[in-house]
Order: sequence, then C-alpha cells, then structure tokens
Amino acid sequence: MNLSGWGRYPILDAQVKNPRSEQEIFDFLAKGNAIARGNGRSYGDSSLSESNTISMKYFDRILSFNRETGQLVVEAGVILSDLIETFLPSGWFPYVTPGTKYVTVGGMIAADVHGKNHHKDGSFGRYVEWIDIVVASGEVKRCSRTENSELFEWTIGGMGLTGIILRAAIRFRPIKSAWIVQKTIAAQNIKQAIEIFEKSKDYTYSVAWIDCLKKGSGLGRSLVMLGEHASTEELPPNFVKRPLFSPLKRKVSVPFEFPNWVLNKFSVRFFNAIYFWYRKHQSKNQIVDWDSYFYPLDKLINWNKIYGTKGFAQYQSVVPLTQAESGLCELLETISNSGSGSFLSVLKRFGPQDSRFSFPMEGYTLALDFPISNRNLNLMTELDKITMKHGGRFYLAKDARLSKQDFLKSEKRAIDFIKYRKSGVAADVYNSAQSERLGL
Amino acid sequence: MKKPVVLILGAKSDIALAVAHFFAKKGYDLQLAARSCSNLEPNKSDLELRYKICVTLHEFECLDIISHERFADNLPMLPSIVVCAVGYMGDQSINEKKNELAVNVFRSNFEGPASIIGIFANRFEHRGSGVLVGISSVAGERGRASNYIYGSAKAGLSAYLSGLRNRLGNKGVHVVTVLPGFVETKMTQDLKLIPKLTAQPEDVARYIYKAVKKKRDVVYVKGIWLFIMLVIRNIPEKVFKKIYI
Repeated sequence: MNLSGWGRYPILDAQVKNPRSEQEIFDFLAKGNAIARGNGRSYGDSSLSESNTISMKYFDRILSFNRETGQLVVEAGVILSDLIETFLPSGWFPYVTPGTKYVTVGGMIAADVHGKNHHKDGSFGRYVEWIDIVVASGEVKRCSRTENSELFEWTIGGMGLTGIILRAAIRFRPIKSAWIVQKTIAAQNIKQAIEIFEKSKDYTYSVAWIDCLKKGSGLGRSLVMLGEHASTEELPPNFVKRPLFSPLKRKVSVPFEFPNWVLNKFSVRFFNAIYFWYRKHQSKNQIVDWDSYFYPLDKLINWNKIYGTKGFAQYQSVVPLTQAESGLCELLETISNSGSGSFLSVLKRFGPQDSRFSFPMEGYTLALDFPISNRNLNLMTELDKITMKHGGRFYLAKDARLSKQDFLKSEKRAIDFIKYRKSGVAADVYNSAQSERLGL
Repeated sequence: MKKPVVLILGAKSDIALAVAHFFAKKGYDLQLAARSCSNLEPNKSDLELRYKICVTLHEFECLDIISHERFADNLPMLPSIVVCAVGYMGDQSINEKKNELAVNVFRSNFEGPASIIGIFANRFEHRGSGVLVGISSVAGERGRASNYIYGSAKAGLSAYLSGLRNRLGNKGVHVVTVLPGFVETKMTQDLKLIPKLTAQPEDVARYIYKAVKKKRDVVYVKGIWLFIMLVIRNIPEKVFKKIYI
C-alpha cells in the first residue's frame, strides 16, 4: 500500500504488517529490513520500509500508573492524546511534548522529541525510565540507565534502528491547572529575538514564530512566546473551581488537497504581516488552554493537505550557541532571498543534550516547511550547507531528503552508531528508507 | 449508584475489544470472557485506567457446552447486557474438504453462541430485564459458494436470535441481532476488502451501543449492507447458482 510520513513525501509502496502479539512481531522480523511505525507523524521516511513496515497500532494499552510518582507504563503504540485525556483530569501532563499530540510513545522515544521547554527540561528521553525492546536476535530486552545501558542510550533518539520498542515506563509531571499563561514579545529582527530568548531562560516554555520572508533590518522579525503553567488564581473565573477541566474544542478537517499554488510567497507574506500585527497588538499576558497552547495545529485535522498533492518537507536544523546569530542570519537571508515562503517557521532555544544520538544541542533550532518543488529542494540543500558550515546538525524525524554525504559529514556520532548497529546485528534486521538513504 | 455491567463473550476479538472500550467510555463495568483470559490482563488495566471502571476476567470455552451453566453461575453478578462476539471463519476452500473443520465452524458460530445466549436468556427472563446482543453476519443472509460453511452457521445464529426475540418480546428482555458486513479485523486481515463497504471495529461498537439504547432489533453495519443483501437475497436461485460469489 502507498505509505508516507506526515509530509506526504516521499510516498512508497510499502508492505505493512499489523502484529497483535509479540510472537507475530518475532515472525515478521525474520524478513529483515523491519522498521516500527507508530502513528506516522514523523515527516519524511523514518517510519517507512518498503518490504517490512511494522505498525504498532495494536500495541496501544496503558498498563499501569503510579499516582504518587507519575510513572506510567504503556505499550509503544499508545497515542499521547489518549494519555493526556486519561491523566490530565487528575493533574498530570507530559514533561516534554512535541507540537502534535497524535504521536505514539514509541515514536517519541525513537525520535527523542523535544518541546518548547528543551532549554529547561531536556528532551523526552530524560523522562523515560526503562524500555522493553525486541532486539535483532528476537529477544525482548529491558534496558534503562542501569540495565543494558548502552542499548538504552542508543534507543533514545535511535530512530527505531536498535529494535522495536514494545513497552516503556515514562514519567508525567504534576500540574495544578490545564492552562498556560502566555506572554508574547515582538522582536524586530533575529538579533533581538536571540536576546529575548537568552533573557527568558527561566521561563519553562519559550518558542518564536518567525517571519522568514522579511529582509534587511527586519530579517528574522519574530514573536517570542513565553509560557508557564498557570496557578489556580490566574485562571479565567469560570475555571477557578475546576482548574483541570478542558473546554471542548471543535476540530476542523481539511476536506481536500489544496491546489499547489495556494501557498506562495505572496500569500505567505500577506499572512505573516497580518499575524505579526495582530499578535503584537494583543494584550501581552494571555491565558491559554493546554490544547491551544501546545497543539494549535491539531485543531486542523489533516493540515498536511494544505501543501497540495506533492506534499511538503519539514526542514529543521540546529546551530550551536556560539554560531547562533551568524548561522541563523545566513539561513534566513538565503530563505528570504529565495522568496520561497515557509508557512510555518519556528525558532527555539535548545539546552545541552545528554543522550548519544539525539538531535538537540545547546544552540538555536529553526524549523520550516516547504511545499515540495525542485526549487525548494535545491533551497534546502543550500540550507544544509549553511547549517554544516556553522557546525550544526539535522533532525531526522523531519528529514526526507538529506544526502548521505552531508549527513555523515554533519553527524560525527554516526560512525559510533553504525558500529553499534553492526555489532548487535541490528543493521541486518532493522532498516528504514531513511536509514538506507543516510547510510546508517 | 452501582454501574450497569456488560458481559462480553469472546472478548479477545477486535470487535469485542472495541465494544469493551465503547461501553467502558459510557461508564459501564465489564466482564470479559474468553479462552485463556489471563492474556487480557493488559486490556483490563488499560480499560480500568482510561475509563475508571471495573473489569473482571472470566475463563470461557464456548465449545465446551457443558461448562456454560457453571460459567454463568460463577460470574460475580448477572450482567445487564450480554454481547456475544464469539465466531470463527476459517478458510472455506479447506473447510469444505475437511468435514471436522467445517463442524468446528458450525459449532463456533452457532452451537456454542446459541447455547450460552440461551442460558442468559432464561436468567434474564426470570429477572424480567436484560439485553442480549448476538453478533451474526450478513454472510448468514444467503448461502454463497465462497463462504457457505461460515454463512450457514451464522444463518442458524440469526434465526435463533430472531426466535428468541419473538419469545421474550413481552418479558422485558430485548434481543439485538448485529449483521456486520466487512469489518477490518484479524479475521479478515488476509482478505481484500472494498474500503467503502468496510467498517472498523469501532463502527460496529457504536452501532451496537446505539442498538441497545434504542432497542433496535436487527442492525446492519454499515447500513448499505441492508441494500446489498436485499439484492443478493432476491436473485432467483436459478440465476444465483450460475454465478460464483
């Protein structure tokens, strides 16, 4: 069947297996080139294998919850939205969440996802206590920081290439309300934006929306949004008595693929101008419910269809702190000069990374998306070179098109990962279209 | 107030589990009955954590007819609703050559389910309340060359449920016959199904819940199957025997 990631590029004709038991997983492994797939929310080809994609959709059970510690034991295919729906009403929320709640726990571990709080709380892997994983030999191994620790460290951020995650123990954070107090600060250019980020490191959440079509002195004009979990006193009057209650929101579905011309530099520039003006003039402190704050795009079901039939590519790279300003300026200049509007552009400050192969590093990360076209593919290759020149690296959960050569050049850690995969024969059994493209 | 209880027989199937989730979400406690029911432990914790309800697991062997009365006796309480999702299709082309396999299909889809439903029917009649839901199949609407062993057993079950409904109509006991067409489940995973005609297990669960609430007698999942079967049933036998479906 035709299968793709969330960006709908590339689309492969892939064999998909839907095991319902561990035994069925073991049986499917024998074919080799297996890769686990959760809810298909990585953007490119991370969860695709033409010959042996193993869907974990039937492994979606919540196994236990400790109300004292916030420890949850779940199967890998459990979707984050289900966990939030189940545990938020009693005051628990994930420590780290990506920008969509429709991801599986297995996927979050494999990509070691980050949220708006990376500078403060690190990435998802920090809150994983142990993992049960089917390794290449077909055995199920439990790994943690103290047991099979090497396997554990490579599995977090290992893009599913160390084995199939069956179960994991993760931790949630206690919260007092389902609301976030948000403060928005306008920055006229990238330099100002960086200054605001550096001054706001004490905030739990920070992220900037960035207008990447602005040039010259307005290069990198952005809105930096800072957030904290709200205390009960800060809530809207209707919610003070029920701080963990979430108002129901209507979801809107994108009914069809938009024509490819809808998103162009004019429409994006128009949107950006209105958005910047609107948000700048809104009151500075807002109180926002968790769903709108963390998952604004989830309200638009199938928002990936607005990029048209050819799909889109997410582009996310990070440049180290020392190179942040020069690196970001060069990236943004290249984008604004090209006139290719990225509809959603996000800037984020990362803290240091503690695991072996995860994407984040102390510095700044820029996430963009471009409809697929030859021009945009060339632009992204150009952005690759700039990122590499500044000592940065790339987020594999978003990547669909990086070249093997550039990947290996940017990723010094790859050699050790490849060596590890070869030593545990994971390299023969587990492969994704992405790992083959990148030579992992 | 104590929550009403639903007993689900054959609880490991995809449809049964979808039914379990649907009723649990609506606040019902569950009794899940299946062969080797300890395998359902993860489902029990999942359902209990998600919906804050109680789930009990019960060993149930549908083909062991003699055990059925005892099974019903041993339940912690007589449920308000029984959903029988027991069924087994097998492979028609093999079953038609091996008689003992065919008999196993007859027993799994008719004898076993009818026996256990009958036992609860009597108890519900005695109590004067209850809902019995039997999951039959559109395959029972007419014997077809490609599926008549399974189909004939389901036809038996459908007839049984209709008779039971007739008998209990004014005794406070309601009987629902569910007729799914194609459903994307483990049972059909090797078949090529037409997407437009194929329901998800969650759809079946929703139809069942609605049928119980609205006291429907016979429900097709999806509705289009009512029309498809109307056509199939009315093809004259003379013509029908010349086409292979």
